[in-house]
Amino acid sequence: MTFDLKIDEPHPDHRADGLAQGVLGHESDRPDGWLKVAGAATYAAEEQADDMLHGFLVRAPKIGAVTCPNLDAVRAMDGVRSVLRDPRMIRNAAQGTANEAPVQGVDRAAYVGQPVALVVAATFEQARHAAQALVVSVEEDDVPVLPDTVTPEEPEDQNTRIGDLDRAMSEAAFKVDAIYTTPSMVSAAMEPHAATAHWDGETLTLRGSLQMLKFNRNELADSVGLDPKHVRVLAPYVGGGFGSKLGISADCVAAALAAMELGQPVRVVQHRRHVFEVNTRRSETRQHIRLAADAEGRLTGLGHEALVSNLPEEEFAEPVIQGSHFAYAASNRHLGMKVARIHRPAAGSVRAPGESVGVTAFEVAMDELALSAEVDPVELRLRNIPETDPESGKPFSSHRLEAALRQGADAFGWSRRHAAPRQQREGEWWIGTGMAAAFRVNMVIEAEARITLTHDGATIRSDMTDIGTGSYAIFGQIAAELLGLPLSQIDVQLGDTRFPPGSGSGGSFGAASTGTAVWLAGMEIRQQIADRLGCAEAELTLKDGVATVANQRTTLHDLLSDETIEGHGHVKPGDAFEKVRQATFGAHFAEVAVSDVTGEVRVRRMLGSFAAGRILNPRTARSQCHGGMTWGIGMALTEELTHDRRDGHAVNRDLAGYHLPVNADVPPLDVHFVEELDDWAGPMQAKGIGELGICGAGASILNAIYNACGARVRDMPATPDRVLAAMPL
Amino acid sequence: MKTSFTVNGTPCSLDLDPRVTLLDALRDHLDLTGSKKGCDHGQCGACTVLVDGRRINACLSLAVMHDGDQITTVEGLSENGRSPLQSAFVRHDGMQCGYCTPGQLCSATAVMSEIADGWPSHVSDTLAGPYAMTREELAERMSGNICRCSCYPGINAAILEIAEEDVGYAEAAE
Ligand code: FES
Ligand code: FES
Repeated sequence: MTFDLKIDEPHPDHRADGLAQGVLGHESDRPDGWLKVAGAATYAAEEQADDMLHGFLVRAPKIGAVTCPNLDAVRAMDGVRSVLRDPRMIRNAAQGTANEAPVQGVDRAAYVGQPVALVVAATFEQARHAAQALVVSVEEDDVPVLPDTVTPEEPEDQNTRIGDLDRAMSEAAFKVDAIYTTPSMVSAAMEPHAATAHWDGETLTLRGSLQMLKFNRNELADSVGLDPKHVRVLAPYVGGGFGSKLGISADCVAAALAAMELGQPVRVVQHRRHVFEVNTRRSETRQHIRLAADAEGRLTGLGHEALVSNLPEEEFAEPVIQGSHFAYAASNRHLGMKVARIHRPAAGSVRAPGESVGVTAFEVAMDELALSAEVDPVELRLRNIPETDPESGKPFSSHRLEAALRQGADAFGWSRRHAAPRQQREGEWWIGTGMAAAFRVNMVIEAEARITLTHDGATIRSDMTDIGTGSYAIFGQIAAELLGLPLSQIDVQLGDTRFPPGSGSGGSFGAASTGTAVWLAGMEIRQQIADRLGCAEAELTLKDGVATVANQRTTLHDLLSDETIEGHGHVKPGDAFEKVRQATFGAHFAEVAVSDVTGEVRVRRMLGSFAAGRILNPRTARSQCHGGMTWGIGMALTEELTHDRRDGHAVNRDLAGYHLPVNADVPPLDVHFVEELDDWAGPMQAKGIGELGICGAGASILNAIYNACGARVRDMPATPDRVLAAMPL
Repeated sequence: MKTSFTVNGTPCSLDLDPRVTLLDALRDHLDLTGSKKGCDHGQCGACTVLVDGRRINACLSLAVMHDGDQITTVEGLSENGRSPLQSAFVRHDGMQCGYCTPGQLCSATAVMSEIADGWPSHVSDTLAGPYAMTREELAERMSGNICRCSCYPGINAAILEIAEEDVGYAEAAE
């Protein structure tokens, strides 16, 4: 049996509020946290085997036709077992949900850094040494690497024109017309992509660092030429993903091919400098934003046109304008995307693709409008909240931006701010504050989960991953709440394709998708218990292992004795997405200090106020928001993957050159959740929270820089040189 | 090359390729995979372990350089994996993916003794000490341990709570 749900209608019956165990929606420890602090959670490269071989990827140093003239000499090196130049090796990681092999091949490098060989040896040291000895000769192709040197593609389905924006601009009382740029950025998850592959002659078992296993299994099977039923993928613990592990990666395919060739387990770990090239980056963007407003600051026109890039044959284009479709009302609109086909490393999803950079640039433009119209920035946003989706006219499933703005402003002390820039100084430091709104589309994707109940507890299984998002914690809470069990009697098992296919982690949809599947599985078990007790499911109270119906108490022990009850949940997105516009909303506030002497920016405090439906575990949700806000600090101030102008290669491809925020860069972060239950989000009324925190976060910092010192920086990141150059004398 | 050192109180003798780093010796030759490899470059801190009580990046050090040393990894921070600091990390959600966590824990352990021993940092007012465990000192001293999940608020809350509870430590800092 399965409880199936296609989300077509709202769920106004807030069942989670009436359940008895009292754990869902409350803070609780991550059960996996105890393994992680003990060093006992095993990641992709941590499985040991006596006959383990080690593979090291070799990269193309140039773009063009590749040969390896000393292949035989390297094959004869100490410990070397094989040098794979297999046409099935993949060019770059697959895009999220690709479900098939990405572009394959090793004879032609499409970008600098493409893997063109795998050296396999008895030890890691031998493999690395031999990989360094392998000569890669490239007959260079003359290909474009700069986005503004090619005629970009203009996908028609990504072009929206409503009304007459040019006219609105010419008639506007106040307007903004400016170009904003963001550089390439990377996920830089702390665990490098890694794989350990076993081949027993029939089945390929791969332990990987991956986010979406049901897709990854098919991508791997398609890449190496196996039937997916002979492929098993495991990823019980994943050291961060942020989009970079959505699709099968080069290490996985290479390790699998090597294991199949050699009949021994093979481990391949991407070197940190490979990680920056071989997996997908966030595309650089060039954004032309136009705002036209009337005398009160109400938008009459809105334009957002973006240029992004990707390699040939990659379908993904950073959806920069995604949030602008529904963020603000304006009757004249022009939104459009252009994609430059160039030969930089592949672009793909990185935390909140689209809104992360799109909302950030847009919210800087809104700040510029607030200043010229002399309207408080919070008030400007409030005045432009649309009644319904501004393009389709569909109702919003729930819209709590106003509450997020007002509650955030109150908690931050926004009213004490100086509206004009350069009003507060402490020694060499200018002090200022800024804000931005946050927007992110909400998604649900198909997911399944199974719960097995015995008299001493329940086990949840799904191939869903926990990449730091809190899946282990919240799935346990959902099941404990429905089945009336203490959390200590719940075992959550994830990250194995032998379990029912979950949603995978990505797009903030994990909690609401696989979480709903867990909910449905729990409901199916409740129904079975109710049937046994001869009552309706809704009459059943389950708490601490006891079922109560109309004052009749039955322990789970008596009810089940040695039997097992199973529940299987299956959720699919449905017509809800046609009927309503669904999104998450929030507001960011930041205070910064800017050095008048060096242009250095220090963030002094940040506050985020977020509405994402029911919050299943405030502690893990808060941590997700901390993550997003901190990424906003990186985006605003330090993160930039620089490409060489001649061959597009990633110049600063390590953690010394690519500057992530470190502990001392991150001030106290204050997170507030706005109360919201979104009935259209499924039976838990919960939406995704993992990405909302980054959307617009950087803009609050850039706007604070302007308020502090009068420097308007439109090219991110706001490094000291840019801040100094923009500062009034 | 033969080398012997003590790991988490257990004497170990290994015969290693001299190119093997201390980190790889721990992870691949002693099956202590708690110490993580985030960069193999000394740029992230995931591999932080204690050598004779002081923290180092195990990826930047060859195993054969540690003959006779006392090494402590995350597995050796407590008997049951639930020391006050480890428990505080769970309670304050000082981790998400958990990959930087062992390094954070080893680093934090060393930071407490560095402050107690009067070692200055970049943000200290004087070079003479003594130093207190302020948020600013902590953030500075923990900045060699990157957390891309950005759990710094939880990490700092956990360490500050333990530092305050540790009476002996607080006295030393005064
Ligand atoms: S692995 Fe040693 S510092 Fe990154
Ligand atoms: S918990 Fe993921 S990097 Fe720190």
